[in-house]
Amino acid sequence: MTALMTVKGVEKRFGGGRTLLGGPKKAVHAVQGIDVVVNRGETLGIVGESGCGKSTLARMLVGLDRPSSGSIRIEGVDPTDFERGNARALARKIQYVFQDPVSSLNPRKTIRTILEIPMVHLRGLDKPAREARLAELMQAVKLSPEFLDRYPHEFSGGQAQRIGIARALAAEPELIILDEPVSALDVSVQAQVLNLLEDLQSRFDLTYVFISHDLSVVESVSDRVAVMYFGRIVEYADARDLFREPRHPYTRLLFDAAPVPGKRSVRSEEEPAELPDPYAPPPGCAFAPRCPNARERCRTERPDLDSHRYSRGHSAACFFPVRR
Amino acid sequence: MTAATGTATAKPAGASARPGTFRLFANNRLAALGLAVLAAIVILALLAPVLPLDDPAVTDPANRLLPPGTAGHILGTDHLGRDILSRLFWGTRVSLAVGFSATLIAAFFGSLIGLVAGYVGGRTDSILMRSIDMLMAFPYILLALGIVAVLGPGLLNALYAIAVVNIPFFARNIRGVTRGLAHREFVDAARLSGKSHAGVLFTEVTPNVLPVIVITMSSTVGWMILETAGLSFLGLGVQPPQADLGSMLGEGRKLLFNAPFVSIIPGVTIFAIVMSINLVGDGIRDVLDPRLRSGALARPSARTRVDRREAPPMPSESSGTALDLVDLKTEFRVGSSVYRAVGGVSLDLKDKECLGLVGESGSGKSVTAMSVLGLVATPPGAIVGGRVMVDGEDLLEVSDEALRRLRGGRISMIFQDPLSTLHPLFTVGDQIAEAIRSHHPVGHAEAWKRAVDLLELVRIPNARQRAGSYPHELSGGMRQRVCIAMALANDSGIMIADEPTTALDVTVQAQVLRLLDDLRKEKGAAVLFITHDFGVVSEICDRVAVMYAGRIVELGTTEDVLSRPAHPYTRKLIDCVPILGDPERRLDAIDGLPPSVARLPPGCAFADRCPQVREDCRSGDIALTATGGRSVRCLYPLVETVE
Repeated sequence: MTALMTVKGVEKRFGGGRTLLGGPKKAVHAVQGIDVVVNRGETLGIVGESGCGKSTLARMLVGLDRPSSGSIRIEGVDPTDFERGNARALARKIQYVFQDPVSSLNPRKTIRTILEIPMVHLRGLDKPAREARLAELMQAVKLSPEFLDRYPHEFSGGQAQRIGIARALAAEPELIILDEPVSALDVSVQAQVLNLLEDLQSRFDLTYVFISHDLSVVESVSDRVAVMYFGRIVEYADARDLFREPRHPYTRLLFDAAPVPGKRSVRSEEEPAELPDPYAPPPGCAFAPRCPNARERCRTERPDLDSHRYSRGHSAACFFPVRR
Repeated sequence: MTAATGTATAKPAGASARPGTFRLFANNRLAALGLAVLAAIVILALLAPVLPLDDPAVTDPANRLLPPGTAGHILGTDHLGRDILSRLFWGTRVSLAVGFSATLIAAFFGSLIGLVAGYVGGRTDSILMRSIDMLMAFPYILLALGIVAVLGPGLLNALYAIAVVNIPFFARNIRGVTRGLAHREFVDAARLSGKSHAGVLFTEVTPNVLPVIVITMSSTVGWMILETAGLSFLGLGVQPPQADLGSMLGEGRKLLFNAPFVSIIPGVTIFAIVMSINLVGDGIRDVLDPRLRSGALARPSARTRVDRREAPPMPSESSGTALDLVDLKTEFRVGSSVYRAVGGVSLDLKDKECLGLVGESGSGKSVTAMSVLGLVATPPGAIVGGRVMVDGEDLLEVSDEALRRLRGGRISMIFQDPLSTLHPLFTVGDQIAEAIRSHHPVGHAEAWKRAVDLLELVRIPNARQRAGSYPHELSGGMRQRVCIAMALANDSGIMIADEPTTALDVTVQAQVLRLLDDLRKEKGAAVLFITHDFGVVSEICDRVAVMYAGRIVELGTTEDVLSRPAHPYTRKLIDCVPILGDPERRLDAIDGLPPSVARLPPGCAFADRCPQVREDCRSGDIALTATGGRSVRCLYPLVETVE
């Protein structure tokens, strides 16, 4: 397996700097110390709850936002393109599928116009080539070609998301960042889209970064998984390993909290829990206040992913990981 | 006004069924009247050169100040003996031309500034908008006077002055809208499709801003015509002998007592023009403004209209039933289509039971719940059949006052999004206290004390302190706890929870589910729990009802329905959800889409997507057949529903 994308020490701060009077402004670290590798042909799942920084990370991976520090490299693209925010150069390699399918389509443009934009601007296709490609794309996402001349509001969520996927494919990318692609959809439609994504991956040799808050969805699509909490990756492993034997107490908690049809299995925390104040992050592990295993060391020293290497490719940012 | 907005309210969106833009406009009588008056004025002004009119500039001192009605001078003559009718036509022409061109100029430059400032943001935005603010800081007439003073009096200079004075108005309006659009996902999507910033701004954002520009224009034209008249009135606009409405008014001012008609006639004309333009402008705004179009500003009535063609007989009162829905039917009428959102739902919620109502979006589960307390917006919604029985009374027949007492009293509701259900300007303690005081005659201090107790009951840490917090200061999970506290405030026997955990994170959902489960057992309340998630159902519900296309297709105990689903839809719905710990399972997606509730097929609504479909599934009404504790609406159920 070869690495397609390498992310090193990526960090994103919001705010900061100085006020007019020279006082320091408060800064929020949305994402910190992210190191991940996306291998060619795989699906990397990123799981986390709201506020964990997964969408901020996604926007940086695709070049919509620039990291405050750290580097992102993708094979075949000049590294400076990320630093300069050269969206056009990146967009030929990396595409993005949005969470809300309807609001990611311009309400005043037909589907044909929307799908042709990347063909014109990124691939420079002429009219007949575009026509052929349009037919091919619509067939690939299993939509009838007569939909091409309709407007986005005429589509259901699932159909609109197929169009969003078709638009990403139109740029002929190698990597697609899927940011909660099915969370806005009904369950029956969610399955259609997940199956479609799987088919497209093998058909077009695509690599996916699949971001979601839903563990069961991530488990069903991912080869490797990174779990995020409060802006950092807390556990990083092969999907099978992670789901068979979660090491980080937060991952464990996520598993226990997910309801499973047909079972009364949910275990919840005793006390209502909240994320730490982002303006005043704790010095130690951000999960310590909620953690059943937390000890003194956790509150003063921050564990990193090297703290606990369980096996090859399975690491957890925890001093006292969960044991079987 | 009401005619135009009322019909535009649409819950189930259906483009074809909605009346067209022009028809909406024409429905608004005042706007149509304005349009007719304006069209007449514009046509007459345009025809001025071909009409048999006297030369407006030829003076005739012998015939000065002839009163209206004089032969040859229908509207009389002014102080120089010029024909007022002729001057009126030519003057209206000038006033309209200046007003409209000034609007176009101001709209073009103002919108350009607004678009750039709103899209680019940051420093560019600050510089542009602060310059605009400086322009606005001058009283507009002073600014116009200043510009004319520098450029010299004259028609064209007055036009420039008016245009410049109005640029800020456009710039600020357009900037606000653009700012909102610039962060929308389709803008990011266009960037990722390879468009340059300029391309995105002018081909993606601008078409979406256009309606706002048109609305702003239609509401400023009248104002601009008034300003032109004002400048001319002061002698800074049109120069004699040319006429416009303002200068005619100015000339007539000195003769106001001797010959009032000289000023009254242009005055009335200005009034007619500006009034008609404003009426048309309001009409255009009502039609184009998406907020008005979606019916957000329409005033729904206090309870859903009940329009039963026939009511089923009163069911015999059965003990142990908290809420009994009998063949409930709720419809939305939008344009010419009728959406049968709830097409005959019968459901009994037993005392102390938690009944899950499961379905996909559009299946009618929320509308069913909202119909219970008459919370479906009217128009367009109406309850057209069935009964809602609580304590031997049909809630569709009780008085408004009795229904109001039931809401939040005997029956309480918990909604999906606590941020939009809580009032942002009151503390959560105040809001709970208000819920208590609207049902119990207690003082504020007493209600507050109870509110704090309730917050403790839903396990909010530091309840005493948190009662003084505003909703935005709490996390999503905490806010939902507050809503639960509010639902418990009056010891409701029945709680209706509409997707109460859908907006929450899993770990928080687990806590809230547990809290709800504990509290309902502690308080002995019956819960109607609406959700789309079978996992959540398994966690909390005793029985579950599955809805599809506005009807219940299966009902039974949670365990039975989940382990041995009888309806093919239930089976499919369970199979298409990924299950944690079983990643290899290929998801069995349901092909196609649910049918529109405006065009339901005869027979089974699921027939087109059903793998077991047979010929007789497609005709006749298929009844919900009950065997033991299990009901299913299917001719060929997957399992024998034996007792």
